[in-house]
Amino acid sequence: MALSQAARKVLLTGTVSDSHTWNLVFLELFLTEQGYAVDNLGPCVPVELLVRRCRAYAPDLVVVSSVNGHGYADGLAAVTALRAEPDLADVPVVIGGNLGLDGRDDAHRRARLRAAGYQAVFDDGDLLAFERYLTVLTGQPRTPVGRPA
Amino acid sequence: MSAGQVSFGRFVADCAAAGRLVVQPRMGFGDLRRMRAGLERTRFAAATTVGTVTIDSYTRVGAHAAARRALAEGTALNGYPIVAYPQETTRALLDGVRDDTFPVQVRHGSSRPESIIRALTAAGLDATEGGPVSYCLPYGRTPLRESVRHWARGCELLAERAPGTAHVESFGGCLLGQLCPPGLLVAISLLEALFFARHGIGSVSLSYAQQTNPDQDAEAVRALRRLAGEFLPAHVDRHVVLYTYMGVFPTTVGGARRLLEASARLAVRAGAQRLIVKTSAEAHRIPTVEENVRALETAAATAEATDTGGPEAPDTGVYAEARALVEAVLDLDVELGRALHAAFRRGLLDVPYCLHPDNAGQSRSWIDDSGWLRWSAVGRMPIRAAAPGDRPAMTSTRLLAALHTVARRYDH
Repeated sequence: MALSQAARKVLLTGTVSDSHTWNLVFLELFLTEQGYAVDNLGPCVPVELLVRRCRAYAPDLVVVSSVNGHGYADGLAAVTALRAEPDLADVPVVIGGNLGLDGRDDAHRRARLRAAGYQAVFDDGDLLAFERYLTVLTGQPRTPVGRPA
Repeated sequence: MSAGQVSFGRFVADCAAAGRLVVQPRMGFGDLRRMRAGLERTRFAAATTVGTVTIDSYTRVGAHAAARRALAEGTALNGYPIVAYPQETTRALLDGVRDDTFPVQVRHGSSRPESIIRALTAAGLDATEGGPVSYCLPYGRTPLRESVRHWARGCELLAERAPGTAHVESFGGCLLGQLCPPGLLVAISLLEALFFARHGIGSVSLSYAQQTNPDQDAEAVRALRRLAGEFLPAHVDRHVVLYTYMGVFPTTVGGARRLLEASARLAVRAGAQRLIVKTSAEAHRIPTVEENVRALETAAATAEATDTGGPEAPDTGVYAEARALVEAVLDLDVELGRALHAAFRRGLLDVPYCLHPDNAGQSRSWIDDSGWLRWSAVGRMPIRAAAPGDRPAMTSTRLLAALHTVARRYDH
Protein backbone atom coordinates (compact mmCIF):
# COMPACT_ATOMS: atom_id res chain seq x y z
CA MET A 1 0.00 0.00 0.00
CA ALA A 2 1.40 3.39 -0.97
CA LEU A 3 2.19 5.70 1.91
CA SER A 4 0.29 8.56 0.36
CA GLN A 5 -2.75 6.30 0.39
CA ALA A 6 -2.36 4.88 3.89
CA ALA A 7 -3.56 7.98 5.66
CA ARG A 8 -6.53 8.58 3.39
CA LYS A 9 -9.89 8.47 5.10
CA VAL A 10 -13.29 7.97 3.51
CA LEU A 11 -16.59 8.77 5.18
CA LEU A 12 -19.14 6.38 3.63
CA THR A 13 -22.85 7.05 4.07
CA GLY A 14 -26.34 6.04 3.00
CA THR A 15 -29.03 8.69 2.48
CA VAL A 16 -31.75 9.68 4.90
CA SER A 17 -34.63 7.69 3.36
CA ASP A 18 -32.61 4.66 2.22
CA SER A 19 -32.56 1.60 4.50
CA HIS A 20 -30.42 -0.56 2.17
CA THR A 21 -27.27 -2.02 3.72
CA TRP A 22 -25.56 -4.39 1.26
CA ASN A 23 -24.40 -1.54 -1.03
CA LEU A 24 -22.65 0.04 1.97
CA VAL A 25 -21.14 -3.27 3.14
CA PHE A 26 -19.81 -3.84 -0.38
CA LEU A 27 -18.36 -0.31 -0.70
CA GLU A 28 -16.65 -0.54 2.69
CA LEU A 29 -14.87 -3.74 1.58
CA PHE A 30 -14.07 -2.23 -1.83
CA LEU A 31 -12.61 0.99 -0.39
CA THR A 32 -10.65 -0.91 2.27
CA GLU A 33 -9.14 -3.06 -0.47
CA GLN A 34 -8.12 0.15 -2.27
CA GLY A 35 -6.17 1.14 0.84
CA TYR A 36 -8.59 3.58 2.43
CA ALA A 37 -9.58 3.81 6.09
CA VAL A 38 -13.40 3.78 6.06
CA ASP A 39 -15.92 5.16 8.54
CA ASN A 40 -19.20 3.55 7.48
CA LEU A 41 -22.19 5.52 8.81
CA GLY A 42 -24.69 2.92 7.61
CA PRO A 43 -28.20 3.47 6.20
CA CYS A 44 -30.80 6.22 6.92
CA VAL A 45 -28.31 8.98 7.78
CA PRO A 46 -29.90 12.37 8.52
CA VAL A 47 -27.91 15.35 7.17
CA GLU A 48 -27.19 16.70 10.69
CA LEU A 49 -25.44 13.43 11.56
CA LEU A 50 -23.50 13.51 8.30
CA VAL A 51 -22.30 17.06 9.02
CA ARG A 52 -21.33 16.18 12.61
CA ARG A 53 -19.40 13.06 11.64
CA CYS A 54 -17.73 14.80 8.73
CA ARG A 55 -16.41 17.45 11.10
CA ALA A 56 -15.25 14.89 13.70
CA TYR A 57 -13.65 12.42 11.27
CA ALA A 58 -12.13 14.97 8.84
CA PRO A 59 -12.27 12.60 5.85
CA ASP A 60 -10.31 13.06 2.61
CA LEU A 61 -13.42 12.00 0.69
CA VAL A 62 -17.16 11.59 1.41
CA VAL A 63 -18.90 8.79 -0.54
CA VAL A 64 -22.73 8.92 -0.65
CA SER A 65 -24.48 5.72 -1.82
CA SER A 66 -28.19 5.50 -2.67
CA VAL A 67 -30.18 2.65 -4.24
CA ASN A 68 -33.82 3.28 -3.22
CA GLY A 69 -34.72 5.65 -6.04
CA HIS A 70 -34.70 8.84 -3.94
CA GLY A 71 -31.00 9.48 -4.58
CA TYR A 72 -31.39 12.77 -6.46
CA ALA A 73 -33.48 14.50 -3.81
CA ASP A 74 -31.72 13.00 -0.78
CA GLY A 75 -28.26 13.39 -2.33
CA LEU A 76 -28.91 17.04 -3.14
CA ALA A 77 -29.94 17.74 0.46
CA ALA A 78 -26.84 15.97 1.81
CA VAL A 79 -24.28 17.86 -0.28
CA THR A 80 -26.08 21.18 0.20
CA ALA A 81 -25.85 20.72 3.98
CA LEU A 82 -22.11 19.95 3.79
CA ARG A 83 -21.39 22.88 1.48
CA ALA A 84 -23.26 25.23 3.82
CA GLU A 85 -20.62 24.65 6.52
CA PRO A 86 -17.57 26.86 5.83
CA ASP A 87 -15.13 24.37 7.38
CA LEU A 88 -16.52 21.50 5.25
CA ALA A 89 -16.92 23.41 2.01
CA ASP A 90 -13.75 21.93 0.45
CA VAL A 91 -14.00 18.23 1.25
CA PRO A 92 -14.56 16.23 -1.96
CA VAL A 93 -17.98 14.54 -2.07
CA VAL A 94 -19.15 11.96 -4.62
CA ILE A 95 -22.43 10.07 -5.04
CA GLY A 96 -23.35 6.81 -6.74
CA GLY A 97 -25.83 3.93 -6.94
CA ASN A 98 -29.25 3.79 -8.56
CA LEU A 99 -30.19 7.39 -8.12
CA GLY A 100 -33.60 7.76 -9.76
CA LEU A 101 -36.82 5.79 -10.05
CA ASP A 102 -36.88 6.39 -13.80
CA GLY A 103 -34.48 7.42 -16.54
CA ARG A 104 -36.09 10.80 -17.12
CA ASP A 105 -33.78 13.79 -17.65
CA ASP A 106 -30.79 12.11 -15.99
CA ALA A 107 -28.19 14.43 -17.54
CA HIS A 108 -30.00 17.44 -16.11
CA ARG A 109 -30.22 15.90 -12.66
CA ARG A 110 -26.55 14.85 -12.74
CA ALA A 111 -25.63 18.42 -13.64
CA ARG A 112 -27.70 19.71 -10.72
CA LEU A 113 -25.94 17.34 -8.31
CA ARG A 114 -22.54 18.51 -9.56
CA ALA A 115 -23.54 22.14 -9.42
CA ALA A 116 -24.61 21.61 -5.80
CA GLY A 117 -21.13 20.35 -4.93
CA TYR A 118 -20.57 16.72 -5.96
CA GLN A 119 -17.19 16.22 -7.64
CA ALA A 120 -18.50 13.20 -9.48
CA VAL A 121 -21.78 11.31 -9.97
CA PHE A 122 -21.69 7.53 -10.58
CA ASP A 123 -25.24 6.70 -11.60
CA ASP A 124 -26.13 3.06 -12.32
CA GLY A 125 -23.40 2.02 -9.85
CA ASP A 126 -20.55 2.51 -12.34
CA LEU A 127 -17.80 0.88 -10.27
CA LEU A 128 -15.06 1.12 -12.93
CA ALA A 129 -15.56 4.89 -13.21
CA PHE A 130 -15.45 5.12 -9.42
CA GLU A 131 -12.19 3.14 -9.32
CA ARG A 132 -10.66 5.47 -11.94
CA TYR A 133 -11.82 8.47 -9.91
CA LEU A 134 -10.09 7.09 -6.79
CA THR A 135 -6.86 6.57 -8.70
CA VAL A 136 -6.83 10.16 -9.88
CA LEU A 137 -7.79 11.43 -6.43
CA THR A 138 -4.92 9.53 -4.83
CA GLY A 139 -2.40 10.75 -7.40
CA GLN A 140 -3.44 14.38 -7.18
CA PRO A 141 -4.67 15.13 -3.70
CA ARG A 142 -7.37 17.77 -3.31
CA THR A 143 -7.59 18.43 -7.03
CA PRO A 144 -11.15 18.71 -8.20
CA VAL A 145 -11.86 15.96 -10.71
CA GLY A 146 -14.45 16.24 -13.39
CA ARG A 147 -16.03 19.34 -11.91
CA PRO A 148 -18.05 21.14 -14.54
CA ALA A 149 -16.61 24.42 -15.71
CA MET B 1 -68.29 -9.22 8.86
CA SER B 2 -67.57 -11.84 11.45
CA ALA B 3 -65.03 -10.16 13.70
CA GLY B 4 -62.55 -12.98 13.98
CA GLN B 5 -64.51 -15.88 15.51
CA VAL B 6 -61.68 -18.02 14.20
CA SER B 7 -58.36 -16.31 14.85
CA PHE B 8 -55.38 -16.19 12.48
CA GLY B 9 -53.49 -18.71 14.65
CA ARG B 10 -56.47 -21.05 14.94
CA PHE B 11 -57.06 -20.99 11.18
CA VAL B 12 -53.46 -21.99 10.46
CA ALA B 13 -53.62 -24.72 13.14
CA ASP B 14 -56.84 -26.15 11.64
CA CYS B 15 -55.32 -26.20 8.15
CA ALA B 16 -52.16 -27.88 9.46
CA ALA B 17 -54.28 -30.54 11.17
CA ALA B 18 -55.97 -31.16 7.81
CA GLY B 19 -52.57 -31.47 6.12
CA ARG B 20 -52.78 -28.22 4.17
CA LEU B 21 -49.96 -25.67 3.95
CA VAL B 22 -51.25 -22.09 4.25
CA VAL B 23 -49.77 -19.79 1.61
CA GLN B 24 -49.72 -15.99 1.77
CA PRO B 25 -48.59 -13.11 -0.46
CA ARG B 26 -46.90 -9.80 0.35
CA MET B 27 -49.38 -7.30 -1.04
CA GLY B 28 -50.30 -3.69 -0.39
CA PHE B 29 -51.82 -0.87 -2.46
CA GLY B 30 -52.83 2.68 -1.60
CA ASP B 31 -55.71 2.44 -4.07
CA LEU B 32 -58.82 0.93 -2.41
CA ARG B 33 -60.13 -0.91 -5.44
CA ARG B 34 -56.78 -2.56 -6.14
CA MET B 35 -56.36 -3.51 -2.47
CA ARG B 36 -59.86 -5.04 -2.42
CA ALA B 37 -59.23 -6.90 -5.68
CA GLY B 38 -55.93 -8.19 -4.28
CA LEU B 39 -57.63 -9.60 -1.20
CA GLU B 40 -60.45 -11.16 -3.27
CA ARG B 41 -58.06 -12.73 -5.77
CA THR B 42 -55.94 -14.10 -2.90
CA ARG B 43 -59.02 -15.55 -1.23
CA PHE B 44 -60.26 -17.27 -4.36
CA ALA B 45 -56.87 -18.55 -5.56
CA ALA B 46 -56.61 -22.34 -5.98
CA ALA B 47 -54.73 -22.66 -2.68
CA THR B 48 -55.29 -22.48 1.08
CA THR B 49 -54.61 -18.79 1.62
CA VAL B 50 -54.63 -16.00 4.16
CA GLY B 51 -54.73 -12.36 3.11
CA THR B 52 -52.15 -9.64 3.51
CA VAL B 53 -52.44 -5.88 3.82
CA THR B 54 -48.92 -4.46 3.52
CA ILE B 55 -48.53 -0.89 4.79
CA ASP B 56 -46.86 1.92 2.78
CA SER B 57 -43.47 3.36 3.76
CA TYR B 58 -44.81 6.76 4.95
CA THR B 59 -47.09 5.03 7.48
CA ARG B 60 -44.22 2.69 8.43
CA VAL B 61 -42.08 5.61 9.62
CA GLY B 62 -45.00 7.46 11.23
CA ALA B 63 -45.33 10.16 8.52
CA HIS B 64 -49.14 9.97 8.47
CA ALA B 65 -49.55 13.56 7.22
CA ALA B 66 -47.46 12.67 4.16
CA ALA B 67 -49.63 9.59 3.57
CA ARG B 68 -52.82 11.73 3.82
CA ARG B 69 -51.33 14.25 1.41
CA ALA B 70 -50.53 11.47 -1.08
CA LEU B 71 -54.13 10.20 -0.83
CA ALA B 72 -55.53 13.70 -1.33
CA GLU B 73 -53.27 14.35 -4.33
CA GLY B 74 -53.79 10.92 -5.83
CA THR B 75 -50.05 10.08 -5.65
CA ALA B 76 -49.40 6.34 -5.75
CA LEU B 77 -48.31 4.80 -2.43
CA ASN B 78 -46.26 1.61 -2.10
CA GLY B 79 -48.74 0.10 0.37
CA TYR B 80 -52.04 0.57 2.19
CA PRO B 81 -52.00 3.66 4.49
CA ILE B 82 -54.06 2.11 7.28
CA VAL B 83 -53.63 5.06 9.69
CA ALA B 84 -54.43 7.77 7.12
CA TYR B 85 -57.63 6.07 5.94
CA PRO B 86 -60.68 6.38 8.26
CA GLN B 87 -61.42 3.13 10.10
CA GLU B 88 -64.77 2.86 8.23
CA THR B 89 -62.80 2.71 4.97
CA THR B 90 -60.72 -0.22 6.19
CA ARG B 91 -63.83 -1.95 7.55
CA ALA B 92 -65.49 -1.55 4.15
CA LEU B 93 -62.32 -2.86 2.47
CA LEU B 94 -62.56 -6.06 4.53
CA ASP B 95 -66.34 -6.45 4.59
CA GLY B 96 -67.43 -9.59 2.79
CA VAL B 97 -63.90 -10.80 2.03
CA ARG B 98 -62.35 -11.34 5.45
CA ASP B 99 -64.12 -13.96 7.54
CA ASP B 100 -63.50 -17.20 9.46
CA THR B 101 -62.20 -18.92 6.33
CA PHE B 102 -60.00 -16.01 5.26
CA PRO B 103 -58.08 -14.22 8.01
CA VAL B 104 -56.06 -11.13 7.08
CA GLN B 105 -52.68 -10.06 8.47
CA VAL B 106 -51.22 -6.54 8.48
CA ARG B 107 -47.51 -6.40 7.52
CA HIS B 108 -45.63 -3.17 8.02
CA GLY B 109 -41.95 -3.05 9.09
CA SER B 110 -42.23 -0.38 11.79
CA SER B 111 -40.07 -0.07 14.89
CA ARG B 112 -42.88 2.10 16.38
CA PRO B 113 -45.99 0.02 15.66
CA GLU B 114 -48.53 1.49 18.10
CA SER B 115 -50.50 3.71 15.69
CA ILE B 116 -50.68 0.89 13.11
CA ILE B 117 -51.92 -1.51 15.81
CA ARG B 118 -54.56 1.02 16.92
CA ALA B 119 -55.74 1.40 13.33
CA LEU B 120 -55.85 -2.32 12.53
CA THR B 121 -57.75 -3.23 15.71
CA ALA B 122 -60.18 -0.34 15.13
CA ALA B 123 -61.00 -1.98 11.79
CA GLY B 124 -61.58 -5.36 13.48
CA LEU B 125 -58.22 -6.96 12.58
CA ASP B 126 -56.04 -8.81 15.09
CA ALA B 127 -52.95 -10.21 13.31
CA THR B 128 -49.68 -8.48 12.48
CA GLU B 129 -45.91 -9.09 12.38
CA GLY B 130 -42.52 -7.61 13.22
CA GLY B 131 -40.50 -7.54 16.41
CA PRO B 132 -38.29 -5.33 18.58
CA VAL B 133 -35.05 -6.61 17.01
CA SER B 134 -36.09 -7.69 13.52
CA TYR B 135 -37.88 -4.41 12.69
CA CYS B 136 -35.12 -2.29 14.16
CA LEU B 137 -31.59 -3.52 13.46
CA PRO B 138 -31.82 -4.18 9.72
CA TYR B 139 -33.66 -0.94 8.89
CA GLY B 140 -32.40 2.46 9.88
CA ARG B 141 -31.17 3.91 13.11
CA THR B 142 -33.95 3.72 15.73
CA PRO B 143 -32.09 2.82 18.95
CA LEU B 144 -32.81 -0.78 19.96
CA ARG B 145 -33.84 0.35 23.44
CA GLU B 146 -36.59 2.53 21.90
CA SER B 147 -37.77 -0.20 19.56
CA VAL B 148 -38.04 -2.61 22.51
CA ARG B 149 -40.16 -0.08 24.42
CA HIS B 150 -42.44 0.57 21.43
CA TRP B 151 -42.89 -3.12 20.69
CA ALA B 152 -43.70 -3.94 24.32
CA ARG B 153 -46.40 -1.27 24.26
CA GLY B 154 -47.58 -2.39 20.82
CA CYS B 155 -48.03 -6.01 21.96
CA GLU B 156 -49.91 -4.97 25.09
CA LEU B 157 -52.14 -2.71 23.01
CA LEU B 158 -52.95 -5.52 20.57
CA ALA B 159 -53.63 -8.01 23.39
CA GLU B 160 -55.95 -5.51 25.05
CA ARG B 161 -57.84 -4.51 21.89
CA ALA B 162 -58.10 -8.01 20.37
CA PRO B 163 -58.52 -10.19 23.47
CA GLY B 164 -58.26 -13.91 22.80
CA THR B 165 -57.36 -13.62 19.11
CA ALA B 166 -54.29 -11.32 18.92
CA HIS B 167 -51.56 -12.84 16.75
CA VAL B 168 -48.01 -11.57 16.16
CA GLU B 169 -45.42 -13.12 13.84
CA SER B 170 -41.71 -12.56 14.47
CA PHE B 171 -39.73 -11.32 11.46
CA GLY B 172 -36.58 -12.56 13.24
CA GLY B 173 -35.98 -15.34 10.72
CA CYS B 174 -35.04 -12.81 8.03
CA LEU B 175 -32.78 -10.04 9.42
CA LEU B 176 -30.73 -8.74 6.47
CA GLY B 177 -32.33 -11.31 4.17
CA GLN B 178 -29.18 -13.26 3.40
CA LEU B 179 -25.79 -14.37 4.73
CA CYS B 180 -26.94 -14.84 8.35
CA PRO B 181 -26.22 -18.42 9.50
CA PRO B 182 -29.39 -20.23 10.67
CA GLY B 183 -28.52 -20.55 14.38
CA LEU B 184 -28.84 -16.80 14.91
CA LEU B 185 -32.03 -16.50 12.78
CA VAL B 186 -33.65 -19.27 14.82
CA ALA B 187 -32.52 -17.74 18.14
CA ILE B 188 -33.85 -14.25 17.36
CA SER B 189 -37.16 -15.60 16.04
CA LEU B 190 -37.60 -17.63 19.24
CA LEU B 191 -36.63 -14.74 21.52
CA GLU B 192 -39.04 -12.35 19.79
CA ALA B 193 -41.91 -14.85 20.00
CA LEU B 194 -41.16 -15.22 23.71
CA PHE B 195 -41.12 -11.41 24.00
CA PHE B 196 -44.60 -11.22 22.39
CA ALA B 197 -45.90 -13.91 24.78
CA ARG B 198 -44.53 -12.10 27.81
CA HIS B 199 -46.33 -8.95 26.69
CA GLY B 200 -49.70 -10.66 26.55
CA ILE B 201 -49.92 -12.14 23.03
CA GLY B 202 -51.62 -15.56 23.12
CA SER B 203 -50.85 -16.67 19.55
CA VAL B 204 -47.47 -16.26 17.82
CA SER B 205 -45.65 -17.43 14.73
CA LEU B 206 -41.91 -17.97 14.42
CA SER B 207 -40.28 -17.26 11.08
CA TYR B 208 -37.38 -18.62 9.11
CA ALA B 209 -36.25 -17.40 5.68
CA GLN B 210 -35.04 -19.97 3.15
CA GLN B 211 -31.25 -19.68 2.82
CA THR B 212 -28.68 -21.37 0.64
CA ASN B 213 -28.92 -25.12 1.36
CA PRO B 214 -32.14 -27.17 1.73
CA ASP B 215 -30.69 -29.63 4.29
CA GLN B 216 -29.38 -26.83 6.48
CA ASP B 217 -32.73 -25.04 6.15
CA ALA B 218 -34.73 -28.15 7.11
CA GLU B 219 -32.53 -28.61 10.16
CA ALA B 220 -33.12 -24.96 11.11
CA VAL B 221 -36.92 -25.18 10.81
CA ARG B 222 -36.93 -28.33 12.96
CA ALA B 223 -34.69 -26.60 15.52
CA LEU B 224 -37.10 -23.67 15.62
CA ARG B 225 -40.08 -25.98 16.26
CA ARG B 226 -38.20 -27.85 18.99
CA LEU B 227 -37.07 -24.66 20.76
CA ALA B 228 -40.60 -23.23 20.58
CA GLY B 229 -41.81 -26.36 22.39
CA GLU B 230 -39.14 -25.94 25.03
CA PHE B 231 -39.24 -22.19 25.69
CA LEU B 232 -42.75 -20.86 24.91
CA PRO B 233 -45.38 -21.15 27.67
CA ALA B 234 -47.69 -24.11 27.04
CA HIS B 235 -50.81 -21.93 26.70
CA VAL B 236 -49.34 -19.90 23.81
CA ASP B 237 -50.54 -21.02 20.39
CA ARG B 238 -47.65 -21.14 17.88
CA HIS B 239 -46.72 -22.14 14.35
CA VAL B 240 -43.72 -21.79 12.05
CA VAL B 241 -43.85 -19.59 8.95
CA LEU B 242 -41.28 -19.98 6.17
CA TYR B 243 -40.33 -17.10 3.84
CA THR B 244 -39.33 -17.93 0.29
CA TYR B 245 -35.76 -16.66 -0.25
CA MET B 246 -35.40 -12.99 0.78
CA GLY B 247 -32.04 -12.21 -0.86
CA VAL B 248 -31.05 -11.39 -4.45
CA PHE B 249 -33.67 -13.27 -6.52
CA PRO B 250 -33.26 -15.17 -9.82
CA THR B 251 -34.00 -12.93 -12.80
CA THR B 252 -35.52 -15.60 -15.08
CA VAL B 253 -39.14 -16.72 -14.76
CA GLY B 254 -38.03 -20.36 -14.59
CA GLY B 255 -35.37 -19.68 -11.98
CA ALA B 256 -37.78 -17.72 -9.79
CA ARG B 257 -40.40 -20.49 -10.06
CA ARG B 258 -37.93 -23.25 -9.16
CA LEU B 259 -36.76 -21.32 -6.09
CA LEU B 260 -40.38 -20.81 -5.00
CA GLU B 261 -41.10 -24.52 -5.50
CA ALA B 262 -38.02 -25.44 -3.45
CA SER B 263 -39.32 -23.28 -0.60
CA ALA B 264 -42.73 -24.98 -0.73
CA ARG B 265 -41.06 -28.42 -0.57
CA LEU B 266 -38.91 -27.23 2.33
CA ALA B 267 -41.97 -25.95 4.22
CA VAL B 268 -43.78 -29.29 3.95
CA ARG B 269 -40.72 -31.45 4.52
CA ALA B 270 -39.54 -29.55 7.62
CA GLY B 271 -42.99 -29.01 9.12
CA ALA B 272 -43.65 -25.28 8.65
CA GLN B 273 -47.40 -24.55 8.65
CA ARG B 274 -47.41 -21.36 6.56
CA LEU B 275 -45.37 -20.04 3.61
CA ILE B 276 -44.98 -16.43 2.44
CA VAL B 277 -44.22 -16.54 -1.26
CA LYS B 278 -42.14 -14.54 -3.71
CA THR B 279 -43.18 -14.02 -7.33
CA SER B 280 -41.43 -14.25 -10.70
CA ALA B 281 -41.29 -10.42 -10.73
CA GLU B 282 -39.24 -10.24 -7.53
CA ALA B 283 -35.92 -9.38 -9.20
CA HIS B 284 -37.51 -6.67 -11.33
CA ARG B 285 -40.34 -4.76 -9.60
CA ILE B 286 -43.28 -4.87 -7.20
CA PRO B 287 -45.46 -7.79 -8.38
CA THR B 288 -48.99 -7.48 -9.74
CA VAL B 289 -51.95 -9.23 -8.12
CA GLU B 290 -51.94 -11.68 -11.02
CA GLU B 291 -48.28 -12.61 -10.42
CA ASN B 292 -49.00 -13.07 -6.72
CA VAL B 293 -51.92 -15.41 -7.43
CA ARG B 294 -49.74 -17.45 -9.77
CA ALA B 295 -47.06 -17.74 -7.07
CA LEU B 296 -49.64 -18.81 -4.46
CA GLU B 297 -51.05 -21.49 -6.77
CA THR B 298 -47.60 -22.76 -7.78
CA ALA B 299 -46.54 -23.04 -4.14
CA ALA B 300 -49.78 -24.77 -3.17
CA ALA B 301 -49.50 -27.31 -6.01
CA THR B 302 -45.90 -28.11 -5.08
CA ALA B 303 -46.80 -28.48 -1.40
CA GLU B 304 -49.68 -30.80 -2.32
CA ALA B 305 -47.27 -33.05 -4.23
CA THR B 306 -44.68 -33.17 -1.42
CA ASP B 307 -44.61 -35.82 1.31
CA THR B 308 -44.26 -34.64 4.88
CA GLY B 309 -41.31 -35.74 6.95
CA GLY B 310 -38.89 -37.70 4.83
CA PRO B 311 -35.39 -38.57 5.92
CA GLU B 312 -34.10 -36.40 8.76
CA ALA B 313 -31.01 -34.49 7.74
CA PRO B 314 -28.05 -35.13 10.05
CA ASP B 315 -27.71 -32.78 13.04
CA THR B 316 -24.94 -30.30 12.22
CA GLY B 317 -25.49 -28.23 15.33
CA VAL B 318 -28.08 -25.59 14.39
CA TYR B 319 -30.25 -26.48 17.40
CA ALA B 320 -27.32 -26.39 19.85
CA GLU B 321 -26.09 -23.07 18.45
CA ALA B 322 -29.52 -21.43 18.64
CA ARG B 323 -30.09 -22.79 22.13
CA ALA B 324 -26.71 -21.46 23.36
CA LEU B 325 -27.63 -17.99 22.05
CA VAL B 326 -31.14 -18.09 23.56
CA GLU B 327 -29.84 -19.19 26.97
CA ALA B 328 -27.09 -16.55 26.97
CA VAL B 329 -29.75 -13.86 26.44
CA LEU B 330 -32.24 -15.22 28.98
CA ASP B 331 -29.46 -15.37 31.62
CA LEU B 332 -28.84 -11.62 31.33
CA ASP B 333 -32.07 -10.28 32.81
CA VAL B 334 -35.50 -11.56 33.86
CA GLU B 335 -37.02 -8.78 31.75
CA LEU B 336 -36.60 -9.97 28.15
CA GLY B 337 -36.55 -6.50 26.54
CA ARG B 338 -33.65 -5.45 28.77
CA ALA B 339 -31.94 -8.78 28.14
CA LEU B 340 -32.16 -8.32 24.35
CA HIS B 341 -30.72 -4.83 24.59
CA ALA B 342 -27.90 -5.97 26.88
CA ALA B 343 -27.15 -8.94 24.62
CA PHE B 344 -26.55 -6.70 21.61
CA ARG B 345 -24.57 -4.18 23.67
CA ARG B 346 -22.26 -6.96 24.86
CA GLY B 347 -22.09 -8.62 21.45
CA LEU B 348 -23.69 -11.88 22.67
CA LEU B 349 -26.01 -11.41 19.70
CA ASP B 350 -24.24 -9.94 16.66
CA VAL B 351 -25.87 -9.86 13.21
CA PRO B 352 -23.25 -10.30 10.46
CA TYR B 353 -22.83 -7.27 8.16
CA CYS B 354 -25.50 -5.29 10.04
CA LEU B 355 -24.41 -1.64 10.32
CA HIS B 356 -26.91 -0.53 12.99
CA PRO B 357 -25.14 1.46 15.76
CA ASP B 358 -26.42 -0.98 18.43
CA ASN B 359 -25.00 -4.04 16.63
CA ALA B 360 -21.42 -5.02 17.61
CA GLY B 361 -20.52 -5.78 13.98
CA GLN B 362 -17.77 -8.28 14.85
CA SER B 363 -19.39 -11.36 13.30
CA ARG B 364 -18.87 -12.50 9.69
CA SER B 365 -20.15 -15.36 7.55
CA TRP B 366 -19.63 -16.99 4.19
CA ILE B 367 -21.11 -19.69 1.96
CA ASP B 368 -18.95 -22.81 1.74
CA ASP B 369 -18.41 -24.95 -1.36
CA SER B 370 -21.43 -27.13 -0.53
CA GLY B 371 -23.68 -24.09 -0.27
CA TRP B 372 -23.86 -24.08 3.54
CA LEU B 373 -23.86 -20.81 5.45
CA ARG B 374 -20.98 -20.75 7.95
CA TRP B 375 -19.55 -18.42 10.57
CA SER B 376 -16.10 -17.06 9.77
CA ALA B 377 -16.14 -14.83 12.87
CA VAL B 378 -18.51 -14.92 15.84
CA GLY B 379 -17.28 -11.87 17.77
CA ARG B 380 -18.32 -12.36 21.40
CA MET B 381 -21.26 -14.70 20.69
CA PRO B 382 -21.12 -17.93 22.75
CA ILE B 383 -20.79 -20.15 19.67
CA ARG B 384 -17.94 -21.39 17.47
CA ALA B 385 -16.65 -20.23 14.08
CA ALA B 386 -15.20 -22.60 11.48
CA ALA B 387 -11.55 -23.61 11.87
CA PRO B 388 -9.20 -20.78 10.80
CA GLY B 389 -7.83 -22.69 7.82
CA ASP B 390 -11.35 -23.23 6.43
CA ARG B 391 -12.56 -19.67 6.35
CA PRO B 392 -11.68 -17.37 3.50
CA ALA B 393 -11.41 -13.62 4.14
CA MET B 394 -14.44 -11.75 2.79
CA THR B 395 -13.53 -9.46 -0.08
CA SER B 396 -15.78 -7.18 -2.12
CA THR B 397 -15.64 -9.66 -5.02
CA ARG B 398 -16.48 -12.63 -2.76
CA LEU B 399 -19.31 -10.66 -1.14
CA LEU B 400 -20.93 -10.00 -4.54
CA ALA B 401 -20.53 -13.66 -5.47
CA ALA B 402 -22.07 -14.75 -2.15
CA LEU B 403 -25.02 -12.38 -2.47
CA HIS B 404 -25.76 -13.80 -5.95
CA THR B 405 -25.13 -17.50 -5.15
CA VAL B 406 -28.79 -18.52 -5.03
CA ALA B 407 -29.86 -16.42 -8.03
CA ARG B 408 -27.01 -17.89 -10.09
CA ARG B 409 -27.85 -21.46 -9.09
CA TYR B 410 -31.54 -21.16 -10.00
CA ASP B 411 -31.13 -19.09 -13.17
CA HIS B 412 -29.21 -21.95 -14.83
